[in-house]
Amino acid sequence: MIFSLDLFCNAVVAGILLGGFYCAVAVGITIAFGMLDIVNIAHPAFVMAGGFIAYFCNTKFGVDPVLACAIATVPAYIVGRLVYRFYYHAFEKRGEESLQGLAFFFGLLFIIEVGLLLTFGVDYRFVEAAYIGPTIDVGFISIPWRLLVPLLVGLAVTGGIIAFLSRTFIGKAILAVSQDPLALRLVGGNPVKVKEIAFGLSIATAILSGALLIVIQPIEPSMGRDFIGRVFAIAVLGGMTSLPGTIMASMILGVAESLTTTFFGPSWSPAVAFGLLLVTLAAKPAGIMGR
Amino acid sequence: MTTVTRRQTFSIAGGVLATVASSATAQAAPIKIGCGMALTGGLAAGGKAALVAYQIWADEVNAKGGLLGRKIELVSYDDQSNPSTVPGIYSKLLDIDKVDVVVSGYATVPTAAAMPLVIQRGKLFLSLFALAINEQFKYDRYFQMQPTGPDSKVEFSRGFFELAGKLTPRPTTVAVVGADAEFSQIALEGARENAKKANMKVVYDRTYPPNNQDFGSIVRAIKATNPDLLYIASYPPDSAGMVRAMHEVGFGARMVGGGMIGLQFAAFKTQLGPMLNNLLAYDLYVPEPTMNFPGVQAFLVKYRERAAAAGVDPLGIYIPPFAYAEMQVLEQAVNAVKSLDDKKLAEYIHANKFSTIVGDIKFGANGEWEESRVLLVQYRGVAGNDIEQFKQPGKQVIVHPPKFQSGELAVPFEPIKK
Repeated sequence: MIFSLDLFCNAVVAGILLGGFYCAVAVGITIAFGMLDIVNIAHPAFVMAGGFIAYFCNTKFGVDPVLACAIATVPAYIVGRLVYRFYYHAFEKRGEESLQGLAFFFGLLFIIEVGLLLTFGVDYRFVEAAYIGPTIDVGFISIPWRLLVPLLVGLAVTGGIIAFLSRTFIGKAILAVSQDPLALRLVGGNPVKVKEIAFGLSIATAILSGALLIVIQPIEPSMGRDFIGRVFAIAVLGGMTSLPGTIMASMILGVAESLTTTFFGPSWSPAVAFGLLLVTLAAKPAGIMGR
Repeated sequence: MTTVTRRQTFSIAGGVLATVASSATAQAAPIKIGCGMALTGGLAAGGKAALVAYQIWADEVNAKGGLLGRKIELVSYDDQSNPSTVPGIYSKLLDIDKVDVVVSGYATVPTAAAMPLVIQRGKLFLSLFALAINEQFKYDRYFQMQPTGPDSKVEFSRGFFELAGKLTPRPTTVAVVGADAEFSQIALEGARENAKKANMKVVYDRTYPPNNQDFGSIVRAIKATNPDLLYIASYPPDSAGMVRAMHEVGFGARMVGGGMIGLQFAAFKTQLGPMLNNLLAYDLYVPEPTMNFPGVQAFLVKYRERAAAAGVDPLGIYIPPFAYAEMQVLEQAVNAVKSLDDKKLAEYIHANKFSTIVGDIKFGANGEWEESRVLLVQYRGVAGNDIEQFKQPGKQVIVHPPKFQSGELAVPFEPIKK
């Protein structure tokens, strides 16, 4: 093992950059899975859909991939609300959300995947943007723009959602529904409508994180499944309902993976990251910032 | 009144029978060729492109009147790039669809999954890009189209290390890195053997998990060991990640590349553009003057006409010519033995040489090409991201093997960012 300050600092920075991307993907899972108790395993498929929206807008119209998906969050939010409405009437209302609901999201995952496949084909797709390629050098630390942009966008989105949840009436209602839907109903709130809004928000973030993924690497329709384990692990590690916890968990996982990759070999990085998850949950079962 | 004699009656009856027989031949049951093929999932880019090539061949044969006077019908099912679906697909092909011939899907893992059933039924089995699987099965009716030769593991990186050995001063250290997956593991094993033979010290030897995004950390760790050479055995997204990370980190070495999958496809070539210059990559066919085999250009024209509609690689120089050649081998064997008997076909394929659009093919005892023809190509003078440049000679120069060499090795590989 070769150790140097240069390697260590670069590994920490690379981990933080990676963590920013993980955070962008996991924030939607934290909302859906942690706050709303909806096991949306189709979330990575929505991420891929976002990636292909970015690809389409970038190659056809020359629009920046992140900007394209930022605009697409509006229709994505509406689609998310419709998906929840269907899920509620078909499963949740009848108390059949556990197994049938899971099957529903499995089905949705495959439908989105096949839809992308039929529309865009099976080839790997890339995008072009001014920030893909160049790096910033700060002393001996080099920061690729294609990883810095996802970090900044990921933190901005998560920060924005934290502010929305803590400062607006609807946001507080979402936090309330995650804690006690009955209590929310008793004070005149409609938990179904609140959950619908929150789920729309979750899907909108998935679409935006798709743009970040295609900025980092080429994508093909079925690769979203690779992220399921990691993003659910981040949501659990962070404390399920806590978005600051999601940021922390993403950074911890990113830095742990990057340090392991640099000093012990990349094949150990998932084992170390998930080992960290097990140790944390053993010491604090509710997660880092769970209550 | 006209009387019809007995002789005339027989003559008319004979004519009618001949007409019926000829019509029956024209409408004879088609020859069904069946396969499971990756049309979704991670291998789909290769699988769909292969199916386009099969269809081009079938259309051409049918236009000429078919094979043994029977039309060709392709029967394929999506194996979803998932080996667990494969045994069921081949059972259905053989027992329900009653196909006459089975061929493999694309790549090593699905092909290996089909082998037990195919062996049990004694079927001829032509396979497409399955790396070294007959080392375990030792099946005498198995033939593989990827030209890796009888010792695929070592052949894959032989050219890289042979060329390195000729450099002055001679390189002494090498880093090897690849994915934690079947192809990469086999390719890295071969690279280690070749490095040992060349008396080079392996200073970095690591694998990374699938779905890895952090290639910068890997490249920095490699850079810290300061190797003379870097051998990479990667899958498509990783190949792009490694190339980008090397330029971002500022990593250079005398020779870089080797077994990188993905760089053979148009999307990667055009996206990475000048970042590819001086990078070495294995390939199987490139449009260099030394590889101008009869029929290959005409095939590529037809393939490219269909590629956009099928949503597959628009360049099509990696898998499609070999998929088409696979069917040419089958066609030539069936025409020679005038039968679909699996035993006779296998014996004929073992004993004879085949002229195809990827050159002459002679299979060895284990069903692999008798002689390896893995190309080591070096990207040169790539400017911008235009796809047309990759259809021309001179951009992917063949530096190994000597028989197909179209240029000399250029060193070193230098990052764009110094």
